[in-house]
Amino acid sequence: METFFIIMLVLMIIGAIIAVETKNMLSAVIAAGVVGFGVSVLFLFLKAPDIAITQVIVEVLSLIILIRVTTKADNEAIERKIDSFANIAGLVFVGIFVGFCIWAFVDMTPFGTPLMRVSQHYLSAGLEETGAANTVAAVILDYRAYDTLGEAVVIFTSILGAFVILRSRGKKKIYEEDYVKVGIPE
Amino acid sequence: MKQKDIEQIIHDDHTGMSLIVKTVARMMIAVIILFAFYIILYGHLTPGGGFAGGVILAIAYTLMMLAFSRKMALHKFSDFWASFWDNIGMLAFIILGFLGLNSGYFLYNFIWHGKPFHLVSAGIIPLANIAIGVKVGACLYAIFIGLSIYGRLIIKEEE
Repeated sequence: METFFIIMLVLMIIGAIIAVETKNMLSAVIAAGVVGFGVSVLFLFLKAPDIAITQVIVEVLSLIILIRVTTKADNEAIERKIDSFANIAGLVFVGIFVGFCIWAFVDMTPFGTPLMRVSQHYLSAGLEETGAANTVAAVILDYRAYDTLGEAVVIFTSILGAFVILRSRGKKKIYEEDYVKVGIPE
Repeated sequence: MKQKDIEQIIHDDHTGMSLIVKTVARMMIAVIILFAFYIILYGHLTPGGGFAGGVILAIAYTLMMLAFSRKMALHKFSDFWASFWDNIGMLAFIILGFLGLNSGYFLYNFIWHGKPFHLVSAGIIPLANIAIGVKVGACLYAIFIGLSIYGRLIIKEEE
């Protein structure tokens, strides 16, 4: 299992590097998608199927939106014809994902087993260990502080993006050319 | 913006909302900010905490922007300072995490815990609450600024 994790992590790091370095926007979007789906597979094997499902949904939605943004805005309605290669490829990838799910769900805790081991510890020892009278504060800022850090980073990144996109005047001078042309090649 | 302009905004019927809203907002904004600080500072004792208190803090300034005008809110708390406090709160939380590395691991609760149910207790939890409260408050207000002024603000000075 350790080697499988390392392989997935290396794959995700390669995908992230490609997403940053490549000049073609569509390739960058798809390479960033590799990272998201790798994370969702890792969540499956770390026994967090709910987060894995959320990750898959977010990933699919963001891929659709980003691909729609990167392709040309004025493209025509796509003619309806059966693309057998795309169908077969989609089915194969869905099959691979279902296979991973089955492999991951085999050693889940059986249905009906009490799962209160960790939370029972928080309730009984939280006051002595953290000194916080509010157990919720003890959990979100001491035991699960990484989670809170992640949420704060999410809000921080969103406001950064909003400030960059909504601002009426860019930092770059008008006469400056783009260093490289990005986007889909003609 | 001088004191005269502020008073003109307060008493002018054409900027902002009606006189009733302005009067109530003028009385309520300070109370709302006080309540936000209470929620943030007592986050480790009572329900609440950084996120909830930060949202209340942002709401106070949003109410100011809605009741008076964009100009008034930007005079009290401009977009630069909103972005600045956003960054400061984030940085403070991360630095708090790194200080824990000195005696244990990342985000380790390294300060003396104190007596439970006292205001000064629970180690880094109140400090982290303050950092998150400042961050979330400035950040939500900055989102409101970004959606309301950017693109409409006429830039006078030339490049």
